[in-house]
Amino acid sequence: MTETSQSLFQLLFWIFIFPGFLFSAGLGLIVSWIVRKVSALVQWRVGPPFLQPFYDVIKLTGKETLIPQEAQRTVFTTAPLVGLAGVLLLAIILWRITIDQTAFIGDIIVAIYLMTLPSLALIFGSSASASPHASVGTGREMKLIMSYELPLVLAFIVVIIKTGGQLSLVAIAQQVPVFSISGMLAFLVALLCVQAKLGFVPFDIAEAETELGSGVLMEYSGVLLAVWKIVQAMMLVVLPLFLVMVFLGGISADFLSGLATPIDNLPVVGTLPVGVIVLIAFVITGLLARFSKYIDILFLLSLIAACILAGLGKYVLVVVLIILIKNTNPRVRIDQAMKFFWVYCGIALAAAVILALIGNAYGISWL
Amino acid sequence: MSWKIWSLKKSPWVFHVNTGACNNCDIEIVNLLTPKFDVERFGIKLVGSPRHADALLVTGVVTRQAAPRLQEVYRQTPKPCVVFCMGACACNTGIFKGAYHVVGPVDKIIKEIDPNAIIAYVPGCPPKPEAMISGVVKALSAL
Repeated sequence: MTETSQSLFQLLFWIFIFPGFLFSAGLGLIVSWIVRKVSALVQWRVGPPFLQPFYDVIKLTGKETLIPQEAQRTVFTTAPLVGLAGVLLLAIILWRITIDQTAFIGDIIVAIYLMTLPSLALIFGSSASASPHASVGTGREMKLIMSYELPLVLAFIVVIIKTGGQLSLVAIAQQVPVFSISGMLAFLVALLCVQAKLGFVPFDIAEAETELGSGVLMEYSGVLLAVWKIVQAMMLVVLPLFLVMVFLGGISADFLSGLATPIDNLPVVGTLPVGVIVLIAFVITGLLARFSKYIDILFLLSLIAACILAGLGKYVLVVVLIILIKNTNPRVRIDQAMKFFWVYCGIALAAAVILALIGNAYGISWL
Repeated sequence: MSWKIWSLKKSPWVFHVNTGACNNCDIEIVNLLTPKFDVERFGIKLVGSPRHADALLVTGVVTRQAAPRLQEVYRQTPKPCVVFCMGACACNTGIFKGAYHVVGPVDKIIKEIDPNAIIAYVPGCPPKPEAMISGVVKALSAL
């Protein structure tokens, strides 16, 4: 136990409930619904109901869990848990820093390490599954990690230079590097790297539904697949949040109290807290969503509005950017992805690093 | 009703098995994903691996080459799962009845390895997408 006199109960609460497992996984599943719904709307479809990701996970836990005969059982079954542990730790660290700035004196390096853990777990799990499809997916996943990891680290180096050699996440989140040429370049490249890390189009090369049949996750079923789905959902919370903290000045510490502040002088509702108003709007639109497609869209919009009112506006912005990239691009081949990340992003970021260094040396903040 | 079956109805992921169809039923199945029908409204999703599937959509007569493979795919699917015979051929070998390369309708082949398999039939040549949706909904509500 640390000398900050935290009880065991409080620690467990942080790990399992808020901001740990329950909160991050729940939020992640809601965001994954937003991704599916917005994708459906872009394609002129209606899309899945609000609770669909939850139904999926519940259903997968109820299914039989098959383990292939030739699989390396131990690695195959523990890999999802390792991935979950990594992403959970990262989620707790980021949210704790957001809520209480003295909570964790960690630095950006730890976060970069933890970010690679789910991808590594995916590689171990799929190589252990003894399936030729999965092994092709594994190879692609490895090449993908090799290609995006370098630009991602370079992008963070740009930020570190911009913030005057700061490594601590709390200090970095005080500044907004994106309002400069080099910071903007770094942000855009990091956004694409996050896209690849999430395994979204145009970089869903490792999953490749069409020719690999889910690639890396091919042999997973039942509970283990449910864990992977939760890991992917939590990545959807953690990675955009990390981008927000590094590039966009972080989320305000009172992001939840924003829902508790009353709005004055509104007709009808008087001085109800924002959260209660949003909740009422939720329930009404959720009930009416059965009858009309447009109410369903209203429900989506009210959910996004609730996030913005809760102070998660920047996070919503990054997620929406990711969804739009996902829906307007075809998948690239693995060699195209490597060339893109190494050659184009590499050159762009080398330029950004030089710009940031010049800006630092001469005190020009917009470089 | 157990929570397993309840959640299975809420999100049936389907895997498409072609055991020798002429591709008409397959076209109609893919048609279900288009904006006009959009089965994602019901949580139905086409998956790439039988390990993720809750329902097998089987199209076509079962040919001698396809029979052991169909049985293998059924074995690899985590239970509980439902088998849908899509189209006249899968239901009862259709116009190929008695042909030299046909070993039987889908239900016979599946029942050889699992007598208690849950099998639903959607006849038609090809069945309309509306008929398929109706068949899937009826079969799931009968569970």
